[in-house]
Amino acid sequence: MTDSPECAAGGIAVTRRVVLGAGASAVAGPALLKGHHVHAQPVPTPSGIENPLLLSFTVNGSSLELDIDARASLLDVLRERLGLTGTKKGCDHGQCGACTVHIDGRTRLSCLTLAAKMNGRQLTTIEGLSDGDTLHPMQTAFVDHDALQCGYCTPGQIMSAVACVRQGYASSPESIRDFMSGNICRCGAYVGIVAAVAAANSSEG
Amino acid sequence: MRTIGYERPETLDAAIAAYSGSGSGSRYIAGGTTLYDLMKLGVETPTHLIDITAIANLDRIETEGDVTRFGTMALMSDVAETPAIRTEYPVLSESLLKAASQQLRNMATVGGNLLQRTRCPYFRAGNGVYPCNKRQPGSGCAALGGLDRSQAVLGASGSCNAVSPGDWPVALLALDARVEIIGIDGQRTLPLDGLYRLPAERPEADHNLNPGDIIIGITVPKTAAGRASTYHKIRDRESFAFALASAAVAMEIEGAVVRDVRIALGGVATLPWRARQAESVIVGRTLTRELAVEAGRAAFQDARPGRHNRFKIDLGVQVVADALMIAAGRNVR
Repeated sequence: MTDSPECAAGGIAVTRRVVLGAGASAVAGPALLKGHHVHAQPVPTPSGIENPLLLSFTVNGSSLELDIDARASLLDVLRERLGLTGTKKGCDHGQCGACTVHIDGRTRLSCLTLAAKMNGRQLTTIEGLSDGDTLHPMQTAFVDHDALQCGYCTPGQIMSAVACVRQGYASSPESIRDFMSGNICRCGAYVGIVAAVAAANSSEG
Repeated sequence: MRTIGYERPETLDAAIAAYSGSGSGSRYIAGGTTLYDLMKLGVETPTHLIDITAIANLDRIETEGDVTRFGTMALMSDVAETPAIRTEYPVLSESLLKAASQQLRNMATVGGNLLQRTRCPYFRAGNGVYPCNKRQPGSGCAALGGLDRSQAVLGASGSCNAVSPGDWPVALLALDARVEIIGIDGQRTLPLDGLYRLPAERPEADHNLNPGDIIIGITVPKTAAGRASTYHKIRDRESFAFALASAAVAMEIEGAVVRDVRIALGGVATLPWRARQAESVIVGRTLTRELAVEAGRAAFQDARPGRHNRFKIDLGVQVVADALMIAAGRNVR
């Protein structure tokens, strides 16, 4: 568990992710955080999947196999089966960007990605960006520039922001805004988001 | 709850055999950004998905020969950022970069993009909330006389006025692109303007593909008009929105005279729309702003607005005129 404890009850450290993960998959979730290398981690299959498909892919550096429903989205597999709830479900139709992840190093929308198509591919989620307790520079920039209000869109914003810098589109506010237009923030924290991306870009450059 | 089959063949022959063997509920899936979205809305209800993304060599971008060729599985983002396309065919690159979001452009293929379905809100409402002749043939059209701000002013019929949503097909149409198709009966090619259907009859059919057909490539003949080209798109917000009106323009100017010009329209018609009347206004003459506006008016002379989309005509005229002036400014001779 890489989260720092948010409260301690009766000497037992309780973290936000443990609470969120309870009932979903406290088994697989924590192991898929970066820094924990588990190979071919078995994930229990819920009852009631007809004609399951065996999916084998790499999540935040860990090889993984599980049986999935052929109709399932990558987003639902991440959240419901693997307990990786950092990736958010906003519109579920490719219009808001909250579910943005990196597949084979490129930003893609996990809500419109059929999980079955992930076979053999490399996935990075927001949980895979930090190095243990050390935040990714883009995460730090979002904190420093107050680039969020409610925070729901933030994981998707950060995944796109990392790609924006990596691909060289962070050279001007206009270019950042255009590149980031697939990530909607209904709180309207855009000013902070653009500032965070620009700052992360100059500190990397 | 509906179950669904999924398979991932590794050759075109295997994909077509899979289609033949699994019946009319089958759909090919590549990027999936349209199909999977419409499955969630209940508009598409396939029983079997044939994933064609494992088939080798379908994603090549070939810029060297007499024609430029895009393998069907090339991603929108990869085509948009190919250096030779950016310089030789700005209209193609711009049409892709002004479409969707960077995440979607990393998913959607240039072949699948040709078959993107309309964003008509009554079509997408699904589940029988509103009648829609595209979704349920013969059920009627709620968009005609309804909230039709986004609907077509060109090419509509008494049964459908849904806008063709794409940008890329509009740019390809201006360059006389052709589409390579493989199907149960073998291989053939179609001019792009032969791919799409007006909604006069059978509005549920967007295109002239047969069951089991796969688009495998798109070819664009090399033309001197490619360099002086642009895709000009006006929308409700500056990025990540569908066109209210757009124009693809490619031209060749010799001396002061326009020798060749191609104009195609998006966001205003039921299919990617070639504006040949507008082209004939300009060919052989010297382009001025006044002539460009005259061409824009010619492009919309047959337009028929509904209740809330009359603005698309005035907007479209200016979009065509602006696109012509932008393209002319790129003519270097």
